[in-house]
Amino acid sequence: MAAPLTVVLIVAVTVRACLFRSSLADLIAERVEVVSPLNAWKRVVEGLALLDLGVSPYSGDVFHETPLIIYLFHFLVDYAEITFMVSSLSSHIVLYCLLLSLIVTSCCLFVDRYLLNPFTVLSCVAKSTCGLNNAIVALFILSTIKKNALLSAIFLALSTYQSIYPVTLCAPAVLYLLQRQYIPVNVRWASFWWFLLQYAFMYLGSLFVIICLSFFLLGSWDYLPSVYGFILSVPDLTPNIGLFWYFFAEMFEHFRLFFLCVFQINVFFYTIPLSIKLKEHPVFLIFMQLAVISIFKSYPTVGDIALYMSFLPVWSHLHRFLRNIFLVSCVLLACSALFPVLWHLWIYSGSANSNFYYAITLLFNVAQILLVSDYFYAFLRREHHLTYGLYLKRKDGSEATLVLK
Amino acid sequence: MGLLSDPNRRRALINLLTRLNAPICAVCYIAGVAWFMGLAFEPFTLRTYMSENAMGSTMVEERFPAGERALATGREFAAHKKRAGGMPVDWLVKTMQSRGLEVFTQKFSRTLPFPDENKERYMVKGTNVYGILRAPRAPRTEALVLTAPCSPGDDNNQAVGLLLGLAQYFRNQIYWAKDIIFLVNEHDLIGMQAWLEGYHHTNTTGIDWSPLQGRGGSIQAALSLELSSDIITSLDLVLEGLNGQLPNLDLANLFYAFCQKIGVTCTIQGKPCCPDHDADGNEASQRPTMGGPRAFFTCHHCWQVRTNDFSFINQILKLNNLLERLHQSYFFYLMPSLSHFVSIGYYMPAFGLLAVILLLRALDLWVQLATPPVRTEDGIADLEQSSPEVLSVLTPLVISHLTGAALYFFPIQFQATAVEHFPVSESEAVVLTAIAIYTAGLALPHNTHRLLSGEGVEQDWRVLKLIAVLYMAVLLGCTALINFSLGFILALTLVPMAAFITPHRPKVLSAFIMVILSPACTLLFLVFFFQDLQEIPVSFEDGWMLFLSVISQGILDHSLYGSLVYPLIALMVYPCWLLFWNILFWK
Repeated sequence: MAAPLTVVLIVAVTVRACLFRSSLADLIAERVEVVSPLNAWKRVVEGLALLDLGVSPYSGDVFHETPLIIYLFHFLVDYAEITFMVSSLSSHIVLYCLLLSLIVTSCCLFVDRYLLNPFTVLSCVAKSTCGLNNAIVALFILSTIKKNALLSAIFLALSTYQSIYPVTLCAPAVLYLLQRQYIPVNVRWASFWWFLLQYAFMYLGSLFVIICLSFFLLGSWDYLPSVYGFILSVPDLTPNIGLFWYFFAEMFEHFRLFFLCVFQINVFFYTIPLSIKLKEHPVFLIFMQLAVISIFKSYPTVGDIALYMSFLPVWSHLHRFLRNIFLVSCVLLACSALFPVLWHLWIYSGSANSNFYYAITLLFNVAQILLVSDYFYAFLRREHHLTYGLYLKRKDGSEATLVLK
Repeated sequence: MGLLSDPNRRRALINLLTRLNAPICAVCYIAGVAWFMGLAFEPFTLRTYMSENAMGSTMVEERFPAGERALATGREFAAHKKRAGGMPVDWLVKTMQSRGLEVFTQKFSRTLPFPDENKERYMVKGTNVYGILRAPRAPRTEALVLTAPCSPGDDNNQAVGLLLGLAQYFRNQIYWAKDIIFLVNEHDLIGMQAWLEGYHHTNTTGIDWSPLQGRGGSIQAALSLELSSDIITSLDLVLEGLNGQLPNLDLANLFYAFCQKIGVTCTIQGKPCCPDHDADGNEASQRPTMGGPRAFFTCHHCWQVRTNDFSFINQILKLNNLLERLHQSYFFYLMPSLSHFVSIGYYMPAFGLLAVILLLRALDLWVQLATPPVRTEDGIADLEQSSPEVLSVLTPLVISHLTGAALYFFPIQFQATAVEHFPVSESEAVVLTAIAIYTAGLALPHNTHRLLSGEGVEQDWRVLKLIAVLYMAVLLGCTALINFSLGFILALTLVPMAAFITPHRPKVLSAFIMVILSPACTLLFLVFFFQDLQEIPVSFEDGWMLFLSVISQGILDHSLYGSLVYPLIALMVYPCWLLFWNILFWK
C-alpha cells in the first residue's frame, strides 16, 4: 500500500508548493475562514518581532499563541513553509497508519482525504498553526490506539496546552485504554480507579511540566491570560465560521458573561452523555468529540473541520444507514462557495451586511451538526441491527421500520 | 424535522420527486420565467421611497444663478482643450485656484494588454486634476466627489464648465459639512481608477500612478457629470456599476425626487419611465452587464450615479446632511422604472425556481446511483457495487478546466505569435484566438475517450453529471447574488441543457441545441437583442463585429478595471458547459 501513499504525498507536496509560490498565498492567508486570531501566521511573525525587540510578545493583544510555538518558530521562521508542509504530511502519515489499524475491510480508497482535502490545503498554504495542532491531535490518537498510555497522555497534554478544548478527549482515551486492558468501566472496580489515577497523573503531570517550561521560557505568566483567557472570554469578534462572533457583537454587556458561560459549557457538555452512551465504542467517541470541538469552539477554522472529516472513511460501513448525506454534502459545498462571495459583497462592495455572512455561517454549522448526528444515528442503528438482525419483523411477521424517537 | 427523520414520509416524497422529475422541472422552468416576466407588474414592485432620514425634508434652493457663466467657462475649456491637444492641465489648475480650491494633479500611465480598437488607445498616459473645497467646520473627515470626465473631441465640455461654475457657487456657501472634491479626470475610466486607487492606497489593477498630494475625508457619495450639449432635454440615470454593483437606492430616489420637483424629464437606461409598466421595463432591467462599468466607486464603498443634469445642487445639499454612510435603503434591487423597484425578496425566487431544477436533477441522479440494482438473499453482499472509477470522472473535470484556463490565459499571452503568423491586428488576434480555443474545446470528448484505457462504466456518466449539475447550481447561485441579471440570463440558457442532457439523447440534435445554448452563442444573441432594444437593429455582419468588440472589451475590462465577467465565463461557466458536452458524447 506504499505506492498510492507516495503518489498522494507527491501530489499534495506539488499542489502546496505551487500555491506557496503563487500570489494566492497572501490572499488565502488573509481569509477569515482559514485563519483566526489564534492561529494566524501574521500574528506569529508579529510576536516574533516583539520577542526580538525584547518586549513580551503578549503585550498589545496581537499574539495569542503559546510560548512553545513562539520558540519553535524562533528557530524555524526561515523554513516556515517547509515546517507546515512537513506537519501536514506527518499528520497524513499518522492518520494513514491509524486508518490502517482501524479499518477492518481493505477499503483504502479514501485515505487521501486529509491531505488532498481543499480545507487542509488552504490551511497549510495560509501557514495557520492549526496544522500543527492537528498533527499533535493525530499523534495523540495514534498513541492511544497503539495502547501507549504515557505517550497518549503527553500528546493530550500538549494539545490541551495549545487550545483548551481537547481536554474532553481524556474520556475516550481512558475508555479505550481501559477496554484494551480488559478493565470494565465500573466504579466498584479498584483497577478502574487505579488506571484512572495513573492516567490523570501522567496527563496532569505533563501539563504541569509544559506550563512551567513555558513560564521559564519567557519568564512571566503573561501568556496565561493572553492564550487561555483569550480562548475562554472571546474578546475578538472578527467574523469567522463559528457561532460566537455575531451573538457577542450584538449582545448587551450586562448579559455577556452569562452567554459566554453558556456557549463555552456547550463545548464541554456533550462529553458526559456521549461517554455514557458510547462507552463501548471509544474510537467513535473520539470522532464525535473532535467534531463537537470543531463546531462549537470559540474560533474555528476550516483546518479543524478537515481533521474530523478525515476520519469519515473509518465509518464507511455506516454509509448504508446514513439518511441525509446528500443534503449535507450539497449544503456544505454551497456554503463553502458562498463564504467568499458574501464576504466580498459585505466588506468590499458594501452591498450586503453581516447578516448575510452570518446566515451562511449558521447554515454551514447546521449542516455540520446534521452530518455528525447522521453518523451517530447510523452508528446506533447498525448496533441495533447487529443485535436484532438486519430485516426487522414485527410480531405478526410484517416488515418493520426503525424510527428514531 | 419530521421529514428528515420519518422514513415513510421521506420515501414517499423521494419517490414522488423521482417519478415526476421531468414534469416538475418543466413546471419550475416555466414558473421561473413567468415570475421574472411578472416582476414588472403590481404585486412585485414597490414605490420608491426615501429611507434615510437625514436626506428627508431640508430647505433646498431651486435656482442656479450662474448658468450663463458656466456655459462660457465650458466654451473656454473647449478652446484650451483643442489648443493643448488633450487635457489643458495648467488652465484647469489656474481656474480652480482662482475659484479658491486647493488644487492638485496626479499623473498616471498604463499599457493595455492589447490595443483597444473602440477607443483607439494602447499606451495611455494622462493627468487628473482635482480641487478640494474644505468644509469650514470639520474638514478631512468625509468627502463628496463631483467629477466630469475630460473626453477627447467636443464631448463633455459643458460638464467641465458646469463643474467649475458650481465650484464658484459652492465656495460662497457656508453650510458645507463635508469636503467637496471637484475632479476632472482624463481618459475616462482609467483616470478614474488611477485616482481612486491613489486615494485609497490600493493597487489592484497595475496602473502606474503618482501619489496624491492632497486628500479629503472618506468618500460618502460621488456624482459624475456628462453633458453632451448646451441644451438639456432629459436626464439619464445610470446605476449599474462594475460587476453589477448598484448604488444605494436612496441616491437614485433622491435624484428622481428632485427631477420630479423641478419638472425635468428623467430616463433610466435611456428609456423614459412610464407609470404603467410594460414588458420593456423587464427586458431593460436584464441588460447584459458585460460592457458597462460606469460607477466603480462602488468598489470603494461609496456610490456614484452618473447623470447629465445641470441642477443637482439640491442633491449635493442633501448629501451634505448625511450623518453616516448610506445604508438604510436597499442595495439589491431591480429598477423597471424610476418610481418603482423590485427588491431582492421578490426577484430571487425567479432564480430560485431555476436553481431548483438543478437540485431536483441532482436528487434524481443520487437516488439512481444509490439504489442497488440487484437484491440478493442476505442483502449485504450486493452493496459492493462497482464504485465509480475515479479516473474516468476526474479526467473530464481536469481537461475541461485546463481548457478553460487556456481560454483565459492564451489569447493575451500568444497575441504576438498570432500577429506574426496571421495578417490580423492585435485585438483581432486576441479575440479570434479566444474563439478558436472555444471551438477547439468542442472536439475534446472524442479525444479524452482515447486517453482512457478502461471502458466507461454505465454509472460513471451519472456521477459526472451529478458533479456537473451541483457545480453549475453553486456557480449560478453565486453569480446571481453578485450580479442578478448575468446569473439569470446564464441560468435561462444553461439550466434546461444541464437538466436534460444524457448520453442517450439523439446526438446531432442535442449537439446543435447545446451549441445554441452555449455561453458564446447566448452572448451573440444578446448583442442582437440589445441592439433591438435600443431600436437600432443591425445587420448580421455589423452584429458579428459588435460581438467581437464585446469580447475584446470584456477582456480589456478585466485587465483594466478588474471586471469579473471574462474570468467567470472562461474559468468556470465554459468548463461546466464542456463537462455537459463530455457527458453528451460519453461512450
